[in-house]
Amino acid sequence: MILGASTFVEGVDNAFMLILGISFFFLIGISLTIILFIYRYNQKKNPKATQVKDSVALELTWTIIPLILVLGMFYYGYVGWIPMKTPPSEGIEVTANARMWSFNFRYENGRVSDKLYVPVDTAVIVNLNALDVLHSFYIPAFRIKEDMVPGLANNRTWFEATKTGTYTIFCSEYCGLQHSYMLSEVVVMEQDEFWEWYEDPDAMVVQIPDDANLALLGRQLVERNGCIACHSLDGSSLVGPSFAGRYGETIRVTTGGQEREIVYDEEYVKRSIYEPDADISLGFRPGQMISYEGEITEAEIDLIIEFLKSLNE
Amino acid sequence: MSETTTSKHVSFLQYKGKYKGILGWILSTDHKRVGLLYLYTMLVFFSIAAILGLLMKIQLIAPGYTIMGPQTYNSMFTVHGIIMIFVIVVPGLPAVFGNFFLPLMIGAKDVAFPRLNLASWWLYVIGILVVLSSQFVGGWPDTGWTFYAPYSFRTPANVLPALFGAFIMGFSSILTGINFVVTIHRMRAPGMTWFKMPLFPWTLYATAWIQILATPVIGITLLLTVMERVLGVGVFDPTLGGDPILYQHLFWIYSHPAVYIMILPGMGAISEILPVFSRKRIYGYKAIVLSSLAIAFVGYFVWGHHMFTSGMSGRALYAFSFLTFLVAIPSAIKVFNWVATMHKGSLNLQTPFYWATSFIFVFMIGGLTGLVLGSLATNVHVHDTHFVVAHFHFIVFGGTGYAFMAALHYWFPKMFGRMYDASWANIGWATFFAGFLTLYLPMFALGLQGMPRRYYDYLPEFHTGNIISSLGAILMIAGALIIITNLVRSSRHGKKVTDKNPWGGKTLEWQTDTPPTLENWEEIPTITDSPYEYK
Repeated sequence: MILGASTFVEGVDNAFMLILGISFFFLIGISLTIILFIYRYNQKKNPKATQVKDSVALELTWTIIPLILVLGMFYYGYVGWIPMKTPPSEGIEVTANARMWSFNFRYENGRVSDKLYVPVDTAVIVNLNALDVLHSFYIPAFRIKEDMVPGLANNRTWFEATKTGTYTIFCSEYCGLQHSYMLSEVVVMEQDEFWEWYEDPDAMVVQIPDDANLALLGRQLVERNGCIACHSLDGSSLVGPSFAGRYGETIRVTTGGQEREIVYDEEYVKRSIYEPDADISLGFRPGQMISYEGEITEAEIDLIIEFLKSLNE
Repeated sequence: MSETTTSKHVSFLQYKGKYKGILGWILSTDHKRVGLLYLYTMLVFFSIAAILGLLMKIQLIAPGYTIMGPQTYNSMFTVHGIIMIFVIVVPGLPAVFGNFFLPLMIGAKDVAFPRLNLASWWLYVIGILVVLSSQFVGGWPDTGWTFYAPYSFRTPANVLPALFGAFIMGFSSILTGINFVVTIHRMRAPGMTWFKMPLFPWTLYATAWIQILATPVIGITLLLTVMERVLGVGVFDPTLGGDPILYQHLFWIYSHPAVYIMILPGMGAISEILPVFSRKRIYGYKAIVLSSLAIAFVGYFVWGHHMFTSGMSGRALYAFSFLTFLVAIPSAIKVFNWVATMHKGSLNLQTPFYWATSFIFVFMIGGLTGLVLGSLATNVHVHDTHFVVAHFHFIVFGGTGYAFMAALHYWFPKMFGRMYDASWANIGWATFFAGFLTLYLPMFALGLQGMPRRYYDYLPEFHTGNIISSLGAILMIAGALIIITNLVRSSRHGKKVTDKNPWGGKTLEWQTDTPPTLENWEEIPTITDSPYEYK
């Protein structure tokens, strides 16, 4: 079948094979029977129908045999599924946060990443969190899927990858405008490679070399946090106003129901990230964005501002 | 009383009552005219929703922007779903053929409450207009036809008219259900005991009970969603302390039985057509009746299989999976009985027979892939992917749609007193059938590969399946155009049929005039035999 790279694959694919096998058998068998009957009993060949009496034995046969078969299917489906519902007590724990329209992953040591890095042959327990609406955490190569439900505590899934490589993570629960772009990747690494990545001290703080391109770092932040799903870089309006050519301008917003003019400055950018509904740009709707407080630091906002400035050039 | 004497001889199509012209139709309480009103309404809205579907498939023919942006696409699959589900397949066969043929098949002059029947149609039309009005007051909704919480409270798009419209249509459905239950209980011709009743009325009876008992749940749910959006009550919205999974439970408590509302009458129609074109008694009459009732009953308890990955508790899940497998059995029994009916028959290979046999084929594919979805392990992988989209199109479009077309080609001469062009009907069927399979079969592969549903854009690895599928859509629409053109043209200009019984059917509707007179019968017939006594 399709690529498989977790310990669940065998159980799930066995159930697939059993069900699809029986299904093809019946589909082909019954279809051929119908074709045979059309050939054998069409009006030209068989001008007179023979009336046949109902047979209770026959009715029972084609009730009981399918019943046994579906019970078998149920059993295989159950056996392939129960390991998904019983996470082991040992393993690394990651919290997956979903929002419109991006994922991020927070590790126990505080490391945050937009891709899910995991070691091979190790149980990984994923706590599923949704910040706004329903999303779903789907990795076809691992055969797992579980909805991410806002407000639902202790919602988790787990897996143990068996092959190194990069596999796509999809959001499979419809979540609005950019649903089909809500993708991420799970990167399965060799164990020592993973622990090296995990404990990389440089990753924990934003390291800014003196000659760094601040605007470029800002751009990476904007991409990693999924901002551009709603805020374009080319001046077109999506769900929210574009980032392009606005920094430093005077703009019209609605604040607490009152229209007013304010300057698009550092204060405004910070407020828009931490309290998105405080000032709503004219022509847009409140309630579309949730606060990034605790997700984006003030130091990071400074970099984003450098990026916004660079868009004016 | 000269009017009633003439009405005994004039067909219901020509009959002139209190009102003339179009008013004579939209204010008519004659069950046959009401049935045709539904048919015409459905023809219009099916065409609209089918065009939306075609546009979506054209968008998906290549990754990225093809002909529309994501907001337009999301609105399109929402409105396509709402129209197809609430306007076409839920009312579907009961509203058109149930209204037209239930009284004819049980030997009654009309349904029990003719005015309520007309009111149902009016509610239905008002519901549709309310849904579509959203386009003119803020844009179409973009939630999907399922209106899942909490997205349906967050989206800036205009969700309220769609919810409210669906709510109104729910009443139409409930009233039709009540009408049919009372009609079947009280108005069967003398001698027609329960087990001498034809199978189509039997399935209408099972369906009517689901309509009466399940529809109020969706009504309340939709109303709660309206209240949530307008007043912020906090039943489903987690930010107000509500539970989004509760919404899914309430939604599917209706919407799963609704699948049986869609398919049961289709099974009934197929059970009428196969004996007539096989010149043979239906095989296993009682088995078909009992399996219909079993489906209607067990169908209430399987809604959780839409929610295997929703975050619901594990123990509930395997109970739901188990029951889902049980509900497969009555459907399997029906398939075996239909095939057995053809055995040793004398098969009359006409258009309705082609539709009926291709129904069995696509229904089997829909049903068997349903087993993949009912099993826990496999469901997790394909849930919310294109596999599900393919599966339910095979059931509700393949199953119900093919049964509808079979019924339409079967009863057409009785309804209009004219015959369609048989060769064009067959060409239309063949084109449609080929297009249908090309459109939906690749979606199973896409789903197994992992392509989620409701996807405006996709990764390059899904391209091949989507190209084939989109080409299939074009072929299928071409087939639908041939079929519809042929039928619409023939309803006015087709060859006249005066024979009461052009197919040689044994059920009562074939003993009335073609087309039937206003009150159907000069004298109510008395029933002595079972409905399929071929000698």
